[in-house]
Amino acid sequence: MNRREALKSLSALIATGAVAASARASEMQGYPSNLAVADEFLPRPAMDGGKMHVLTDETALKTVTAVFDRLIPADDLGPSASEAGCIVFLDSQLADRFGQGAQLYREGPKLPGADELTQAPQFIATPRERYETGLKALEAYAQQTDGAAFADLQPDRQDEILQGMEEGSISLADDINTKAFFELMLQNVREGYFSDPIYGGNKDMVGWKLIGFPGARYDYRLYADRVGQKLDLESISLIPLD
Amino acid sequence: MMTTNSKADVIVVGLGWAGSLMAEELTRAGLNVVAIDRGPWIDTSTHTPPAVDPDELRWGIRKELFSPPKDNTLTFRNTLDQTAVPQRDFGIFELGGGVGGAGFHWAGMAWRFNPYDFEIRSKTIERYGIDRAEDGELQLQDWGITYDELEPFYDRWERIAGISGKAGNLNGEKIEGGNVLEGPRSRDYPTPPLKTLRSMEVFNEATERMGYHPFTIPVANISQAYVNPLGVSMGACSYCGFCLGFGCGNFSKSSPQACIFPALMRRSNFRLLTESCVTRVNKAPDGQTVTGVTYVDAHGKEHVQEGDIVCITAFQIDSTRLMLLSGIGQPYDPRDQSGVVGRNFSFQTVSGVDMWIEGEQMNPFIGAGGLGSQIDDFNADNFDHSDLDFLHGAGMLTLARDGMPISKANKLPQGSPRWGSGFKQAYKDHYQTYTTIFNQGSSMPIKHGYLDLDPNYKDKFGQPLLRLTYDYSQSDRNMAKFTMDRSIEIAKEMGAQHITPFNFADKPFTTSIIASDHVIGGTPMGADPRTSVVNPYLQSWDCHNLFICSASVFPMNSGYNPTETVGALAIRTAQAIHQQYIQNPGALVKV
Repeated sequence: MNRREALKSLSALIATGAVAASARASEMQGYPSNLAVADEFLPRPAMDGGKMHVLTDETALKTVTAVFDRLIPADDLGPSASEAGCIVFLDSQLADRFGQGAQLYREGPKLPGADELTQAPQFIATPRERYETGLKALEAYAQQTDGAAFADLQPDRQDEILQGMEEGSISLADDINTKAFFELMLQNVREGYFSDPIYGGNKDMVGWKLIGFPGARYDYRLYADRVGQKLDLESISLIPLD
Repeated sequence: MMTTNSKADVIVVGLGWAGSLMAEELTRAGLNVVAIDRGPWIDTSTHTPPAVDPDELRWGIRKELFSPPKDNTLTFRNTLDQTAVPQRDFGIFELGGGVGGAGFHWAGMAWRFNPYDFEIRSKTIERYGIDRAEDGELQLQDWGITYDELEPFYDRWERIAGISGKAGNLNGEKIEGGNVLEGPRSRDYPTPPLKTLRSMEVFNEATERMGYHPFTIPVANISQAYVNPLGVSMGACSYCGFCLGFGCGNFSKSSPQACIFPALMRRSNFRLLTESCVTRVNKAPDGQTVTGVTYVDAHGKEHVQEGDIVCITAFQIDSTRLMLLSGIGQPYDPRDQSGVVGRNFSFQTVSGVDMWIEGEQMNPFIGAGGLGSQIDDFNADNFDHSDLDFLHGAGMLTLARDGMPISKANKLPQGSPRWGSGFKQAYKDHYQTYTTIFNQGSSMPIKHGYLDLDPNYKDKFGQPLLRLTYDYSQSDRNMAKFTMDRSIEIAKEMGAQHITPFNFADKPFTTSIIASDHVIGGTPMGADPRTSVVNPYLQSWDCHNLFICSASVFPMNSGYNPTETVGALAIRTAQAIHQQYIQNPGALVKV
């Protein structure tokens, strides 16, 4: 049985409940004898294959690609966000636990004044839902103000809108926290550009090479004494070399 | 259907540092111990080996080793007249997601508290008069134990954890290069300090020129191979920098997994229940003792575990909440300061500077979670507060921790673009030149800072969330401003061209912005049952077979990380249980 089949049969077990109870040891005595790396702790690589899993709406995909490529554009310093795989990264993240808001406390109600009290925007909506509504609202805003799709606007105009979102000087819609939506996209595009390439972005480690981060290295003892020196270490990724 | 397990001598609720240290002591003394942890089994080599660990997105950003807010959060407000709202995303509460608790993903700063901390009320009155200790807002109280009483247990914990450092005060003798302002130590650290990296060099030179006393922070990222008193082997830290929020597959970051489990798990009188969440401690009908705990397993099934002794060794907020949910001890009322459970919540009052030194090559990716240099010249009562408008102070430190590329993208000089080509250029230019001074400030309890049960929001078991009511005291705000100003002076002396000061206490407190993750209080220890939940042996004043060992017992917070003090208290309490309590069950302290 390969790993995928093993996972499938495991989820079948969980679905039947009672069987899962006996399969899942919760009482331990003695040191565990299984020393293999736990399956669920292995990285969950980006889902590739050329098709989008969450960003399936063509307009939304174009809009977010245009936004990402203004946030991290192609220039002399390297490729744009989408060229580096940040859209594949985002789609994959939105399909996964992050997009599902799997870690968030989402019980209602959200009280008025909650954002001010905590000094941070609070959401019951999942990141996936926030992208869906946010991208729709951004496109509607562009159509209303410029009579054109956001993706088709001149880069300067795109920047102007993004800056307005960042500063909070424009509002995409009454039920959208525009500023927070901008911050969500900025955070995610940076994650895509600077996280391990195993997650779909940072293609050829372009983000790491830009700043000189050596990546998924685990031992600097040979270099730690070369204090203050330029080391020019090659970046390495979690993706095993062929 | 509820099931009842076979009775244990001791039940340990939560297998983090405190729980595993207590279980180790108590099983070695021959007692049957069952530990119950809400998280799954995780271990260094099987869950966070080198092929898995160096992954900023998953562990640093998504925080997948933490217990998520979905399962563990609380509600928060600044003042009594507000309605508290839940903390929905990760914030200052960084609870562990598996066994080992937060001790698995912690950074590794290994501090003893200062002698002043334990007697903060008495010593403040002695030196500055009662008006400073009782200013109407603060709620200062002594711990009921002195530094000297705790010293042997600090020493024991450092041996178990293999801590790397250099003594600065050996039995009263000051030693250059160590922290000459620390409390007296009976012996040096078990392993020598880590290397001095570039940010530390610059900080050390500048602070020495200014007449301060820099030293390398003692850490649980250990510098050389080591075998601890339990016979467990550790390896030398490789300076990978994947520590805070990460596991360590290298056996070089001290944790319950790396230092205790290999011995503890092999004992036949120890049993561990994982993915089992204790929902209450059960009281005997007469209310004088407890009979055990009720917990819910991974399948939602409720069980009772009976035991002669119960030790609550959960994270600070969980320990406090469990006491409130169990109805043990009188809840604190901030309006008249009556009751005790929930009182003295404190945080840390953080300020400092971010700085950029042009032309520097910091190589920030070479580092270790706790590694850095510090001065204690403005910490505790190491300086005269007579003419100052605050008490205590901050450990002022620079870090050589990590060079995580996603999170460091926020660390650019003021005025740098946050996106676009300008951002790429700025990040390329400044990644190597960035460093910081972080003032890890103390936090004094206030009369209106407390924890109780929220009337509106519930957890997945339908039990009320904990509710936090807190804001910084004026004394703490003044301290943060004072130490921020000192850090600006140091940054200038370090040669920084760009300096961005920060002060988390110049705005109201919030659980959303991670100034620090060192939360304490709720079940304070002390010698007076009117102002404490547990006595100096961490024994409940209400039920003598119930002990609480957690940062929830700290009556105030110091300018240091809390882990070592939790560890020392756990060892002391476990020894008191098997050396005194077992022979003669009853109150260990009479009032």
